[in-house]
Amino acid sequence: MDWFPLLNSLRIALISTGIVFFLGLLGAYYIAKAPRLVKGLLDVLFTLPLVLPPTVVGYLLLRVLGPKRALGGWFLSAFGLRLTMTWYSAIFATVVVIFPLMYRTARGAFESFDETLAQAGQTLGLSNTYIFWRIRLPVCRQGILAGTVLAFARALGEYGATSMVAGYTPGRTATISTTVYQLWRTGNDGLALRWVLVNLAISALVLVAVNLLERKREVA
Amino acid sequence: MALFVDIEKALGDFRLKVKFEVGEETLALLGPSGSGKSLTLRCVAGICRPDRGKILLDGETLFDSEQGIDLPPQRRRVGYLFQDYALFPHMTVAENIRCGLREKGDEPLMGELMAAMGLTALAHKRPGQLSGGERQRTALARILVGRPRLMLLDEPFSALDSHLRFQMERETRQVIHRLGKTALLVSHDRDEVFRLAQQVAVVREGQILQLGTRHQVFEGPETVTAARLTGCRNLSRAIPLEEGMAYAADWGMTLKLPPGKECPDWVGLRQGGAVLGPGENQVKCRVWEVVEDPFSVTVMLKTAGGAEPFGITLDKKVWKQAEGETLTVSLPAGALLLLKE
Repeated sequence: MDWFPLLNSLRIALISTGIVFFLGLLGAYYIAKAPRLVKGLLDVLFTLPLVLPPTVVGYLLLRVLGPKRALGGWFLSAFGLRLTMTWYSAIFATVVVIFPLMYRTARGAFESFDETLAQAGQTLGLSNTYIFWRIRLPVCRQGILAGTVLAFARALGEYGATSMVAGYTPGRTATISTTVYQLWRTGNDGLALRWVLVNLAISALVLVAVNLLERKREVA
Repeated sequence: MALFVDIEKALGDFRLKVKFEVGEETLALLGPSGSGKSLTLRCVAGICRPDRGKILLDGETLFDSEQGIDLPPQRRRVGYLFQDYALFPHMTVAENIRCGLREKGDEPLMGELMAAMGLTALAHKRPGQLSGGERQRTALARILVGRPRLMLLDEPFSALDSHLRFQMERETRQVIHRLGKTALLVSHDRDEVFRLAQQVAVVREGQILQLGTRHQVFEGPETVTAARLTGCRNLSRAIPLEEGMAYAADWGMTLKLPPGKECPDWVGLRQGGAVLGPGENQVKCRVWEVVEDPFSVTVMLKTAGGAEPFGITLDKKVWKQAEGETLTVSLPAGALLLLKE
C-alpha cells in the first residue's frame, strides 16, 4: 500500500488548520469591534463557505487561481509558481472551507469572555497584544481548542473543492478522500475499503478528542 | 488639585455630565444604581471615552477633547479595583500580581506587598481556590505593585459577606491611607461611604447634586435624593404657611422652621431626630407599627390628619416605659432637614 495519500492529507490538513487558527481568531476578534453594518456583511462573507457546496467554492477558487486568471497568472509569470493542480493547491481549498468552523467557534468563545478582564489588564499597564494572547486566548482556550480540532477534522475530509483545485494525480496531489473515490471508480474495492478504514480511524480519534475537550469545558 | 474631572458622555437616553476636583483624599460618589457613578470611574481610567471634556491628574492631561488627547489606560497609571476583582482565572495569585508590575525594579515591592497582605502562602493558588477576602487582597496587591497615582474603587465590598465586609473595609482604608493618593470610591452604601471618604458627591441621573465634606453632606443634605441616600427615611412635602411656618402635607402637621429659613419643597427627619414628650413642634400621634431591630425599636407614628407615618428610633428600654396606643413627640426645628426637590 502506497501511504502517500495519508501523508499528503495530513500535511494539507495541518498546514490549513495552522493558517485558519490565526485567521479565524483574528477574524473573530476584529469583527466584534467593527461597526454594525460592516459586522453583518463580514459575518455573512465569513460564514458563507459553510453553506456553499464545495464545488462552488472550487469553481470560485479556479476563477481566481487558474493559470489564465488574474492572481494565478501573475504568480505564474512573477514566480513561476502554479497555484492549481499542485499538492499545495488543496491548502487554498481547505482553508476556505474550514475557515467558518474556526471563525464561528472562536467568536462564540470570545462572546462569553468577561470584558472586565481585558479592561483590568489595560489599567494594569498590560499591552493589548499581551492581553489577547496571554489572557483572552487562555481563558477561552476550551472553545478555541474545540474549534481547532473540528476544523482539522473537516480539513482531513475535504473532497469537493480539493478535487477541483488540486485534481487527482497519484503520488502528487492524491489525498485520502480523492483516493477513495478514484479506487472505487476504477473498481479497486479492496484497496478503497482499506483507505475507508484508515479515514474512519482518524476521524473517530478526532471526535473523541473533541468530546474530551467539551467535557473538560463543562467541568471548568 | 490632584484630580480634575469635567466630562460629558451620552449613552442612549442617558447623559453623564459631571465636574469635580479632589485633592489627595478619598471622594465617594454616592448614588443609586444606574446614576453614572461607575461610568465616571471608567472614563477616568480610560476604559470609556467621554464625548467632551477634560481629565487632569497631577497636572498631566489624561483626556482633553479639544486638544485631542486621550491617553490609553495603560499609560494613565490609575489603579482600578473592579466590583468582582477581575482576577485572571488561569493565573496563580503570584502571576496575577506580577501582571501589575510596571517597573523591573519593583520586584522586591511585590514580595513585601504579598507578605504584608498575607498572600505569600497563597502564591501558587488560583483565584477559584480563594475566599472572597483573599481575592480582594490579591486584586489590591496587583494594583499597588504598579504604584498607581490614583485609586478607583467600584463597589469594592458588594461581593463580600457582611462579616468580611467590615474587615476588608478596614484593610482597604489602611491601604488607601498608606498610599496617600487620591481615591474615588463608588458606592450606594452610606455607612461605607461615611467611613471611607472625606469628600462625598451625591450623584443622580448622571449629575452631581451635591458635593462637600462627608459631614456637610450627611448633616445637611440639600435635596430629597441626597437625604434618601444618606439614610433619611422620613420625608414629607412641605407647604408654606405664614412667616417661618410650614405644613408637612404627608405627616399632617404644622412645623415651625428654624429661624430665618424659607419654606423648602420637602422636609426630612432622621429616625433619631425626634424627641419624646412635649417641646418644639410637638404632636400627638397614634402608634402605627412597631418594628423591633436587634438593639433598638423603630416606632412608626401617624398624626390625626397624616397620610404617611414617620418613624423614630428608640432605645428598647425607653420604649418599654413609653409604650402605649398614642405617643407625644416633638420635632425640634434644628433637627429638620430642609430639602429641595
